[in-house]
Amino acid sequence: MADIATHDTDHATDHGHHSSTGLSNNKLAMWLFLGSECLLFGGLISTYMLYRGRVQNGPHPSQIYDIPFTSVSSFVLLMSSLTMVLAVSSAHRKDDSKTNLWLTITALLGATFVGGQVYEFTTFYREGLGFTTSLFGSSFYSLTGFHGVHVSVGVIMLLSLMGIIKKNKITGDKAEVVELIGLYWHFVDVVWIVIFTLVYLIPS
Amino acid sequence: MSTNELTLTPGNALDVAKGKLVVAPTQSLGAVRRPVNTTGWREWLFTVDHKKLGIMYGTVAFVFFIVGGVEALFIRLQLALPDGRILSADKYNQMFTMHATTMIFLFAMPMAAAFANYFLPLQIGARDVAFPRLNALSFWLFLTGGLILNASWFLGGAADGGWFMYAPNSGPVFSPSNGVDFWILGLQIAGIASLIGSINLIVTVLNMRAPGMTLMKMPVFTWMILVVQFLLVFSLPVITVALVLLMFQRSYGATFFDVSQGADPLLWQHLFWIFGHPEVYVLILPAFGIISEVLPTFSRKPLFGYPFVVFSGASIGLVGFGVWAHHMFASGLGPVSVAVFSMATMAIAIPTGVKIFNWILTMWGGKIWYSAAMKFAIGLVILFTIGGLSGVTHAVAPSDTQQTDTYYIVAHFHYVLFGGMVFGLFSGFYYWWPKVFGKMLNEKLGSWNFWFMVIGMNMAFGPMHILGLQGQPRRMYVWTEARGGEGLFNFGFWNMVSSIGSFILAIGVLFFIINVIKTTRNPERAPLDPWDARTLEWITTSPPKVHNFDRIPVVHHLDEFFHRKYEEDEATHTMKQVATGEELVRAEEAAADADIHMPGPSYWPLLLSIGMGVLGMGVIYGTPIMVVGGLIVLFSSYGWVLEPSVPDAIDFDTPSTDGHTKEITPVG
Amino acid sequence: MTTATETHEDAQEHGMSDAGYIKIAIILALITALEVSTYYVDFGPLFMPSLLIMMVVKFVMVVSYFMHLKFDSKIFSFLFYTGLGLALFVYFAALATFKFFIA
Repeated sequence: MADIATHDTDHATDHGHHSSTGLSNNKLAMWLFLGSECLLFGGLISTYMLYRGRVQNGPHPSQIYDIPFTSVSSFVLLMSSLTMVLAVSSAHRKDDSKTNLWLTITALLGATFVGGQVYEFTTFYREGLGFTTSLFGSSFYSLTGFHGVHVSVGVIMLLSLMGIIKKNKITGDKAEVVELIGLYWHFVDVVWIVIFTLVYLIPS
Repeated sequence: MSTNELTLTPGNALDVAKGKLVVAPTQSLGAVRRPVNTTGWREWLFTVDHKKLGIMYGTVAFVFFIVGGVEALFIRLQLALPDGRILSADKYNQMFTMHATTMIFLFAMPMAAAFANYFLPLQIGARDVAFPRLNALSFWLFLTGGLILNASWFLGGAADGGWFMYAPNSGPVFSPSNGVDFWILGLQIAGIASLIGSINLIVTVLNMRAPGMTLMKMPVFTWMILVVQFLLVFSLPVITVALVLLMFQRSYGATFFDVSQGADPLLWQHLFWIFGHPEVYVLILPAFGIISEVLPTFSRKPLFGYPFVVFSGASIGLVGFGVWAHHMFASGLGPVSVAVFSMATMAIAIPTGVKIFNWILTMWGGKIWYSAAMKFAIGLVILFTIGGLSGVTHAVAPSDTQQTDTYYIVAHFHYVLFGGMVFGLFSGFYYWWPKVFGKMLNEKLGSWNFWFMVIGMNMAFGPMHILGLQGQPRRMYVWTEARGGEGLFNFGFWNMVSSIGSFILAIGVLFFIINVIKTTRNPERAPLDPWDARTLEWITTSPPKVHNFDRIPVVHHLDEFFHRKYEEDEATHTMKQVATGEELVRAEEAAADADIHMPGPSYWPLLLSIGMGVLGMGVIYGTPIMVVGGLIVLFSSYGWVLEPSVPDAIDFDTPSTDGHTKEITPVG
Repeated sequence: MTTATETHEDAQEHGMSDAGYIKIAIILALITALEVSTYYVDFGPLFMPSLLIMMVVKFVMVVSYFMHLKFDSKIFSFLFYTGLGLALFVYFAALATFKFFIA
């Protein structure tokens, strides 16, 4: 118990051994954040579901979606979740080079996904679906755009993480940081699992 | 961490002179040196100390209380007489919008944050919150948001769509000025502050309780704050969505609320109220928590039914997510939806009623000490009940159809918000002032403060029940002689009474300000435990030392402090005093921890907030500004991540060495 | 951590084995393939339910295994699933008032 007295302002970085629950502060914070993100994406998804069929101008969803293309994109993001978890696994094993390898691949896959999104957006735009064209357009781009920004931020975090690990400037528990970024990454993947089904596969 | 470039020579690294704490910095990012614990304004600007942040929150919140109050007085001046000419219709719209927005987002929530920030760690026996830099960020983001929101007054007019900003009225067609844009950005930024704060406090409560403090041994104030944080963490994202959609429409041409494109205005209403209803519980629960500490203390009795008070607070939080559409009964939802939400709303009155009964039973049979704090607490119980009763009438959907958008609703929420929330906060001021500032607020002035506020409040808001039922709508900028109606007790009469009441209320607030000024000038120090209180935050000096507790207490009871002072006499079965508060604090000092590490100050929260502010202004004034803001945010984020949260040992002068605790610069 | 073949139920403090994760990933890929097949193959009345079920299964699998929630303290599950549950509740209710679920 004396440990707590001396270290309790140090936000329990070593797997929360000094916390009331025994859990890490950072991990609790991340899961809370992800819980709140459910409400954020839920709102955007609901807005899309309400407005997907309201197309006064411009193309309808069925006219514009390229399911084969988006399927490949989805698969890429799904696989990035695998590589992410392998990175976390390597980090727990303190295997720095493997960690960096898997983080790199994850970032690449994520960037590929974002690239795919950019391609998709520009194609849709050329085919007549703009942000301001219709309710369908506004809600589609808002939802998938928000998701895409989340992925991009994730890629930036992955790259930054790799840089910080290389420079050995990481503050706190390295394996935990990788795990936390992993949680964020998986969540972004999970949101896409929902979006892929509700937006693309289920026609309006 | 690069410490190799520092040379520690005696007298430069650790120089504690005249109570001032000066430490050597380490570097972060290889280029930016960590701020040093100086005195003066820099100490406040870069602090991560929850107590200082609490005081900053409280000060800024109180300033906004005055701003919002002045806005209210303008409204009442306009409505005191027929054909009022104080405010034009446009200015009136801005005034009531900003009055509400300021009071809710810039006064009430931050003031609760002030209390939570200051006292939650103390009540659970911790030395700070889980994420001190994020805590600082929350404050600076709040200030940024508040400033952006109020900048609108000077930059083309404030938001004018009412505090719930219904679309499409708030869209670009019907609200073309930048006022609503400032509103969106100010709230978005302040919302991020609250979201971060909520995650911070939940983790703090879950993880940083003193040994022995199980959840059911936590003070009720801490419990209520915990419930509030859960409300915030899950409701804020919903208004974030609403604000984003509105911003996209106003600034980038999206069609979300464009009815000609097929949009449904109810989308805004749902998104807003799914946040908006939990929000009202966010407003009231902290006040409930405060009086749950005050009432037992000044009744010399433990809180009646602690588990019931805790569980009812938690159920209010949970059920609070299921009643939002009672704000939309007249919007065309349809009978099924209305019926469902009507019943849910009636249900939520139950846990609130449970609390009222528990508070009354706490006082029953107690030896009541009518201090100023106690007066305000009793005032809350009575006035909130009145507000709650009108609330119950709103829950009955058919009667709400008559009441909605009239002054009857205004009466309801001012009774619960002013009579409830504000009275609770004032109770907290008088109760905890000695702990925070080491001085007692004057009880006589407190009495004047209280009575003027009670009388003023009832005069201001009581007649609104009548006005509303007689048909005066909300947000009506002027009323005419003809509308005033016949007879002595007509619209005109009650409007005048209400306006006079609002000024009496203002005088009451003035008494408080005078009290604060007088107290600050008064050199007399407060005793350590002036109220013979019950909870852990009182086992500290007044004000507490930087590290709060010389030794983290081990908790064995609910109301631990009380049980350390009083034990049951076996023979007479009464509580006998075995120690005073002073004795207990001295004992803790004598057994102080040898090695205490406190988190260090940081530039990044302030810098990041500035960046967010610039980013927000860029949405209104142009993308280049957004880019600048974004870069500041990015730079600050990296600086933050690379900075160790706890500075090196050589960076910090431990407050306690060899068992002797050093005196750190006291606050206030 | 060994990389020997272990079952999915193998709960170690720092996660399943890499082989276990790969197994999960393969299952997820197969489900995805099945989802995509609904674009080409007519599922009839099973179309909507099967897509929704597959979505939920994938969601829960990623959360439980990749995010390790199944093996971690129940407190994390409480925090996350409360958020998810509230989201489902409020948005379903709101959409219901728009008569979204009525054909």
